[in-house]
Amino acid sequence: MQAETEHDRSFTQIVRKPQALVAAARNNVELWANLLIIGWALGFMLWQGVGFAITVGTVFAIWAILSVSLNLVVGFTGLLSVGHVGFFGIGAYTVAILTSDAKYEQLRTEAIPTFGWPFFAALPLGVLLAGIVAIAVGVVFNRFRDDIYVLVSFGFAIISFNVFLNWRNLTRGAFGIHEIPRPAVGSWVLDRELEFLIFALALLGLIMLLSWLIVTSSFGRVLTAIREDEQAIAVFGYRTTHYKLAVWTISAMMAGLAGGLFASWTRFVDPNSFILLESMLLVAIVILGGLATIWGSLLGAMAFVLLEEGMRFLPFLPAIHIGQARLVVLGILLVLLMLFRPQGLVGRYRL
Amino acid sequence: MRPGAEKIDDPFAIQTEDISKNFGAVRAVRRLSISIPKRGLTSIVGPNGSGKSTLVNLLSGVLPLDGGIVILEGNSLKVLKAHENPSHGLTRTFQEVRLFDQVSVWDNIMVVLTKRGLFPALLERVNPMQRDRARGILENVGLWDKRDALAENLSYGQRKLLEIGRAMAMEANIYLFDEPFAGLFPEMVVKVKEILNRMREQGDTIVFISHNMDIVRELSDHLIVLDSGSLLAEGQVDEVLSQPKVIKAYLGA
Repeated sequence: MQAETEHDRSFTQIVRKPQALVAAARNNVELWANLLIIGWALGFMLWQGVGFAITVGTVFAIWAILSVSLNLVVGFTGLLSVGHVGFFGIGAYTVAILTSDAKYEQLRTEAIPTFGWPFFAALPLGVLLAGIVAIAVGVVFNRFRDDIYVLVSFGFAIISFNVFLNWRNLTRGAFGIHEIPRPAVGSWVLDRELEFLIFALALLGLIMLLSWLIVTSSFGRVLTAIREDEQAIAVFGYRTTHYKLAVWTISAMMAGLAGGLFASWTRFVDPNSFILLESMLLVAIVILGGLATIWGSLLGAMAFVLLEEGMRFLPFLPAIHIGQARLVVLGILLVLLMLFRPQGLVGRYRL
Repeated sequence: MRPGAEKIDDPFAIQTEDISKNFGAVRAVRRLSISIPKRGLTSIVGPNGSGKSTLVNLLSGVLPLDGGIVILEGNSLKVLKAHENPSHGLTRTFQEVRLFDQVSVWDNIMVVLTKRGLFPALLERVNPMQRDRARGILENVGLWDKRDALAENLSYGQRKLLEIGRAMAMEANIYLFDEPFAGLFPEMVVKVKEILNRMREQGDTIVFISHNMDIVRELSDHLIVLDSGSLLAEGQVDEVLSQPKVIKAYLGA
């Protein structure tokens, strides 16, 4: 409620003196970041047409769910995890294995059992499975903090990738699982790209709402206190390990949801989608957008996706180098950000 | 003071029996047995490294005991856990001020007013009762005007006051203050003295560590003198301060 009064004051000032708006906007990085990224997105849509924008929008929705969920752990609670891709993969593989109805030729390739579940039955199971693994992993992770936490979460990302790659009679290893169906309710299949985009955005909205409810509750305030000084908040009667485990599990379940969505959208999963690099990119998105801000995670994901897709159209860049080039650009961007704006584009907190 | 606390007629708020704490080869607290009377101000003095802060850390469960027992409000405890402090009616401040730095002054108070337990906390939103209490505390310590500032942007004295305010928000029976007067501007010292006196009038037990003998003489009812992790003397302030061994070991005059 205090923030509102400050906001009201600046608002009346601007109404009284329109020049003040220009002055206020000049040094307002938050405002410029918002304008730039949203403007960029709109421009991109106009330039490339709605069809392409739908694709980009779906990629954005999946990354945004992931980054909002990771921000709960990294930004609000201060646990720098680079293992989030593991939960993304668990969600994706659960949905892929349970829903895929592909008939693999025995002998020639790896064969796995076919379940043919509907998407909406498989997705909750994927989310649940991610949550169960998160509890098991989180109990161990709770013993660590700071630098060591990064290392053990790094280990989790490596382990989960290797499980996806090597548990071949479940995941088909490097062959991957294909013919994953799109979500369907009865005879209504979400097979049009626009329908899927709306579905993905609806899930993103749900995740944002959930995250917002969490971070604005008393629980969220304790998470912030854990980030600032875990021992100090424990003295006031909070079992910090329980809080950390709870938010870690919730976040992992959200990542599992993103995974299920991803599998159903691409209709094909293989271990390459769940490499450590993806996790690093995700952390980069969260830091780019700003720690401990839900909106920042959306902006970060949007900027990242636009960067990735936008670089396809650079005339002087050969197509094969785009993948690496976006990493270089993202890397440079992060270094610049750490130098000049360590709290991220719209964030207020430093790591 | 919490309702219902009067029914225990034990004269002591805290007693320790043979508690010890070692850091490697350093014996920070050696088989220490002390009694802190209920109500009133008890101060703990002693040279640097005499185990004062370690004692407070042991009593508040920040460090685990290596041996001995602590009797808190009639309960004998071999293990003290930090998160169980409120159930013992105990709260504390830290020697090196430990606030939630990148959080507003307001939220630094609000965070300790919330429900314990995951599910109650998840469902709880800011309510008017908490708001009134936080406001009352911030006005009490004179930081109401600073409520929107981040804790890290406060001055040292204001940070100390905020930490005391955060402890007050717990409405405990026992307050452990680790050097509440250290590094404070004279005006701030007066303010902290006022706060401690007000707590004493409410019937709380206040324990504080201090190096300033003038303040100790002025405020405290009971005095504990530590030296190299052991008890040197305890009792009424004037009586303890007149003992030759105390004068020799600590006051040096």
